[in-house]
Amino acid sequence: MNKEVIFSMNTAFRGEYTLHGYSFGEGDKAACIVGAMRGNEYQQLYICSLLAKKLSELEAQGNISAQKEILLIPTLNYSSMNAKKTKWIADDSDINRSFPGNPHGTATSRIAAALLQRIKDYSYGVQFASFYLQGESIPHVRMMETGKESVSLANLFGMPYVLTGMNRAFDTVTLNYNWQELGTQAFSIYSATTETIDDESAMMAVSSVLRFLTRMGIIKYDCHGGYISTTLREQELVSIRAEEAGFFRKLVGVDREVKRGEVLAEIINPMDGTVKASILAPTDGIVFFCQDAPMVFQNTVIYKMIRRMHH
Amino acid sequence: MIETVVSVDLMVEEELKVKKNRLAPDFPNGNEKRICIVSGLYGDELQGQYICYEVIRRIKSNYDKLKGIVDVYPSVNVMGLDSRTREIPGSGMDMNTLFPGSKSGALGEYTASCIFGDICGADVCIDLHASNVYIHEVPQVRMNDDCVDKVMPFAKHMNVDMVWIHPSTSVQNGSLAYSLNNAGVASMVIESGVAFRIQKQYCEQIVDGLFSLMKYMGIWDGDAVDAKEGIVTDDSRISYINAESSGIFIPDVSVYDTVTKGTQIGTIVNVLTGSVEEVVCANNDGMICSLRDYPVIEEGSLLARIVGDINHE
Repeated sequence: MNKEVIFSMNTAFRGEYTLHGYSFGEGDKAACIVGAMRGNEYQQLYICSLLAKKLSELEAQGNISAQKEILLIPTLNYSSMNAKKTKWIADDSDINRSFPGNPHGTATSRIAAALLQRIKDYSYGVQFASFYLQGESIPHVRMMETGKESVSLANLFGMPYVLTGMNRAFDTVTLNYNWQELGTQAFSIYSATTETIDDESAMMAVSSVLRFLTRMGIIKYDCHGGYISTTLREQELVSIRAEEAGFFRKLVGVDREVKRGEVLAEIINPMDGTVKASILAPTDGIVFFCQDAPMVFQNTVIYKMIRRMHH
Repeated sequence: MIETVVSVDLMVEEELKVKKNRLAPDFPNGNEKRICIVSGLYGDELQGQYICYEVIRRIKSNYDKLKGIVDVYPSVNVMGLDSRTREIPGSGMDMNTLFPGSKSGALGEYTASCIFGDICGADVCIDLHASNVYIHEVPQVRMNDDCVDKVMPFAKHMNVDMVWIHPSTSVQNGSLAYSLNNAGVASMVIESGVAFRIQKQYCEQIVDGLFSLMKYMGIWDGDAVDAKEGIVTDDSRISYINAESSGIFIPDVSVYDTVTKGTQIGTIVNVLTGSVEEVVCANNDGMICSLRDYPVIEEGSLLARIVGDINHE
């Protein structure tokens, strides 16, 4: 494992801010893996730590293929993690809204530019991203529908689902979009959680990356074949909103198959404890996402379901 | 007439209500032009609060001069304004990336959808901003480069010091202005001052501009100033000065100052060693149109912008 400096800058009070990358193997730029970009992405950093350990072992065993290099960048935003902030510590900007970046711009823009410059030539890119809604989701691979995405390649991760989505307004300034625009096959891996550690889904994320690297001939690793992924379009997921505001009492969690009309959750009046609303499944299917805050606003998306899907 | 545009139950006891004040002639003929004035998309930008107040006050004091419809939405990110939070509290979403919104979306998208729907059909919308906490801006209009022909005739009446054709986030895809322009409502963003403050002089200048615009549109029949002819520029005439050191920025100039290339803009000092880390100089001739207000900076922080070719006077 070789440690390198991806980006470095001085700060007003905290001293030097240095981003490190860790490379395994030598040769062609085969795959690059990027971890936490926000200060609350503990699970994403945790996955990277597990992956670093595994890749080190594989390298020591001579199981990184000849002329193949893997670069792992565990975090771009460790100061925010230390300060318990989500976005950039100095100005609340978001690194994953700063791509392609500008080497003469603001700090997050410089980080984005430096990162992209270093990682743009890799054949495959993996980012451990956090779901845009707060809660738990079924682990999946997400790809933007840029016209350059390859669903068949995404299937090689062996995750339960591959989710494709149309570009939202902010997607054009994300790493994934710009990585794809520069010719890298870029994938976002979503683990079950963000702000809490979930070992089971972390291990699934690690295995999925190792499986992909094996199938692309980048490492030699005997692993389970994983899932034959089911491909979904994001627009096809059914959003279920809270009809009322109040305490959220979850009755059904993610990855559960439910029948139409089944009670998924209850909204409790925080003043008198009465049930203000029972949240019913609008369709048969599988729960893909469930929010995990103790209280919810009215109209908040609390569940997303895969319509008419069975285990 | 006060109307509720959005109403959503919050988690405990409260209800989020976005309200507007509709000011319309007592005896409408059905052909009135309509202008919408929106403020408070960011909870830390307060200039619009005074501007909305002053617009309504001036109209009420000469109500017979009102010939069109003025819809004033003073505080669209209600919880952000109350909690001194720029984004939507809780989700942390930037409200000005959620338009046109979605009735089936989360709180922010739902609120955006209701506001957007309510404004649609207007002739003009003015989205009042106030920079952020870091940068002091001279009063200016911002518009995207794909709506110049439609918006510029209105922008020239806004009595601002600068009209900047600039695809910034405040006017790009997802913003209120962008979405409304796509929907046929000529829309622009006004930036001025700095967050968390009301700079009355700037506010009065913009209010004068709003009345000048309303007079041009046939909405106002009372007195209005002749709008000043601000600098009209695109990105090619704007120079950025970013810090190459970290520390505390001590400015030596003010906004509106005219500088030449090499003029000292300020210094970046190290408060631990008592040394000057960097002397910051102008990289072009022109007028300081943006200047760092928050003194703590890091490498890359924007310190100033200069707009060049200011011989319009």
